[in-house]
Amino acid sequence: MAAIALTPRRYGADATPGQMALALAIALFLGAFLVVPVVTVVYVAFTERGTGAFTLVNFYDFFATELFLRSFWNSIYVSLMSVVWASAIALPLAYLTSRFEFRGSAIIQTLGFLPLIMPPFVGAVAMQLLFGRNGTVNLLLDEWFDFKIPFMEGLNGVIFVEALHYFPFILINLSAALANIDRAMEEAAQNLGCSGFRLFRRIVFPLAMPGYVAGASLVFVKVFDDLATPLLLNAKDLLAPQAYLRVTSIGIADPMGYVISVVLIVGSIAAVWLSNLALKGKDYATAQRGGGGLSRHTMKPWESAVAYAVVTIILLLVLAPHIGLLILSLATVWSFSPLPDAYTLAHYSRVFGESSIYIKNTLIYAALAGLIDVVVGTAIAYLVLRTRLIGRQWLDWTAMAALAIPGVVLGIGYLRTFYGVTLPDGTPLATLWIMIVLALAVRRLPYALRACHAALQQISVAVEEAAENLGATKARAVRRVVVPLMTGGLLAGFVTSFSTAAVELSATLMLVQSNSDAPLAYGLYVFMQSAAGRGPGAALGVIAVVFVAVCAYASHLLVERRQRVQGAAK
Amino acid sequence: MIQAAGVSIRNVNVSYGANHVLKNVSLEIAPGEFFAFLGPSGCGKTTLLRLIAGFNQADSGEVRIAGQDVAHLPPWKRDVGMVFQSYALWPHMTVARNVAFGLEERRRPRAEIERRVAAALELVGLSPLARRRPSQLSGGQQQRVALARTIAVEPKVLLLDEPLSNLDARLRVQVRRELRDLQQRLGLTAIFVTHDQEEANTICDRIAVMNDGVVQQVGTPMELYERPANLFVAGFLGTANILEGRLVEESGHRLFEIAGGVRLPVPDGSAMGPSARLVFRPQHAAVARPGSAGGALTGTVIHREFLGATVRYALKIGQAEISVDASFQSGEQLFAPGDSVDVTLPREAILWLSP
Repeated sequence: MAAIALTPRRYGADATPGQMALALAIALFLGAFLVVPVVTVVYVAFTERGTGAFTLVNFYDFFATELFLRSFWNSIYVSLMSVVWASAIALPLAYLTSRFEFRGSAIIQTLGFLPLIMPPFVGAVAMQLLFGRNGTVNLLLDEWFDFKIPFMEGLNGVIFVEALHYFPFILINLSAALANIDRAMEEAAQNLGCSGFRLFRRIVFPLAMPGYVAGASLVFVKVFDDLATPLLLNAKDLLAPQAYLRVTSIGIADPMGYVISVVLIVGSIAAVWLSNLALKGKDYATAQRGGGGLSRHTMKPWESAVAYAVVTIILLLVLAPHIGLLILSLATVWSFSPLPDAYTLAHYSRVFGESSIYIKNTLIYAALAGLIDVVVGTAIAYLVLRTRLIGRQWLDWTAMAALAIPGVVLGIGYLRTFYGVTLPDGTPLATLWIMIVLALAVRRLPYALRACHAALQQISVAVEEAAENLGATKARAVRRVVVPLMTGGLLAGFVTSFSTAAVELSATLMLVQSNSDAPLAYGLYVFMQSAAGRGPGAALGVIAVVFVAVCAYASHLLVERRQRVQGAAK
Repeated sequence: MIQAAGVSIRNVNVSYGANHVLKNVSLEIAPGEFFAFLGPSGCGKTTLLRLIAGFNQADSGEVRIAGQDVAHLPPWKRDVGMVFQSYALWPHMTVARNVAFGLEERRRPRAEIERRVAAALELVGLSPLARRRPSQLSGGQQQRVALARTIAVEPKVLLLDEPLSNLDARLRVQVRRELRDLQQRLGLTAIFVTHDQEEANTICDRIAVMNDGVVQQVGTPMELYERPANLFVAGFLGTANILEGRLVEESGHRLFEIAGGVRLPVPDGSAMGPSARLVFRPQHAAVARPGSAGGALTGTVIHREFLGATVRYALKIGQAEISVDASFQSGEQLFAPGDSVDVTLPREAILWLSP
């Protein structure tokens, strides 16, 4: 006892050299491909061009330039309005599912997974054709009622597409908060004389507020950082597009792109910080014992009719980009008419023929990125959960910090950092396709890390120790017991990384140097630039949707099977 | 002072699908009475309480509060105060806001609300904590806030749903005493749901023992203990020895033969059916050295538990096993497992009960 008490704790006390080497390798990876590029961006924004002296003049220029100032306010306006409209869609749905016995609840819950598997830009052009000034809906409105609704005019289009796309973030969080409310909270209020809307306003809504704020801040950040959707809708007076245009058109030496990047990072972090501040001391879930959600009523026939009407309209809106994309991919010509003139499969044959390079590249990039993520994720999870290495938690935090970095910022950071680094033959590192893979891997690492972490966490150390106790060596115990138990989780992590990397655009847009290196999302973007390319672009989009949907379903099955197996083990 | 109201429940039936939760329940609860619904979990006691509060609907029968049929009244118009098992304090409001809630809903003038909130908090001894949030309070304090919130609106009836179950044992004893004092001072009608017979016994004027959706017996704690109406009540309140056997006749006398052939005389005139059981409390029987007590039953000690003031022996009589308590005297020689003993059982201590 005394000996233990007297032995001072040394740094990395229980770490083996192998573990230290592993930690060092991960630290180098994260440092080179996440920390250095981001720090470079921040550094450039704060230094004088040429001399490298600290300066705030770049920021002064930013706020003195009318275009940037407008973009700044536009970005905030678009993000806020997207939150408002996403709330307008999510609130009634959350109310319906939590308050009533409603068969449509299952559909609403399923809707919640759509944005998790598809970025919003994919369907953006299709939305133009459906809701634009001369799109299907407005043509019909004009013909029947003699008026048009400017769904897609200017910033409206971005707000419309983003709100439709991201409202499930609010829906999921709000529904979870409502389901966590102790039913006695509601009954206590009724018992004291409160009912109806007053009950909702005074008790239910305040208790669900934390969930709402969490969802709303997520939507704000996603919209604030989004590059591809505004670009495709030709709404360029926003921060992310400005950063992109500045760097691609003026060059990587121009400080403005970096300043905008810093503003983007600060904006995202500020939104999360503000929402955390608003939620401080309001973790109501732990203060409630019962749970079980609100009491549910069966709906009267007319209420049921209204509910189904609301759900149907929202369902149609949410599926509109996907339906539009499908029609567009099959259309010969679709312009100034509610529906295309004729249908063809030519776009698909073109995509599978001359453009199959995009699909091949995507498979390679996403698979490599997924692989890197699972390997690095497992290593970090192992170091965090199974060793007492000093600073292991920092690896986890650093990897997770990638969530806060907008894709366009990471792209700019890569360009700046790796342009100066050249191969022996003089090729800049930044132009190699492997940089795209690394950017994708860093962007998706947080998701894979959490999956690996969860998979390892569920395996009790005792399971490993039992194997060792029965004569297995450490290595054999890991191979025969731990790895088989983790497989499901690792596969789920890989599929998540793989499928989301396959449709990522904001970081890759910066890094693609030639068409032959471009992934599917980039090809889609290029096609959509021209009217003639819309058909093949839509066909690529449909392929991407199917691709990601299949992956998401596979990952869902894997997670479910793992839960079943591990549930049986308990 | 609150105008206490009586509660009368007549022929109430509640079913959830095929599950018949309350079966023809009838009860009369007098104004100002502290009444308990006592029974194991699933017996229907909470359903009955929630029926009075208006959170359930009866399939048939009626509930009257102060003579008024409340079937058509929603919970928020019933004016009965309920203290929830989980307390259900709203975490987004301070203690004072929680207590003020019911008065605000009743559109009382601000000055009156302030006065009554202060009075209610004073009553439960929490005035200094008025500005705290529920999450900053201990379990016992939260329980008192829940109580203050309910009595602040001066309800006709106070309903308490296992209010002590989330407190630790020491606090439970203290709070139940406070609860009783408060009820007496305010002259409230209170209905208390519990599965703990000790709680019900110490706090309540009368108890309705429930099992399987049926009221088994209603009475004061002493009545229920001394004269349980059936085996369930006898077994649920305190420890009881329940012996099975059959009725036999021998030379004109009725005898009760327990398994193993041991016979006991059945008092004349006691009305008992053929399925009756012999019931007695452990402390009503006595053990003695073999041969020291005339006319006794003979048994063998199989187990001994020291409980402090008493020693509990598990004995085998014939094939039946019974418990007998002996008071513990310091220095006294105790019986050990394997010893033979005489067991005496006063006739007046024996109950003959049907299942």
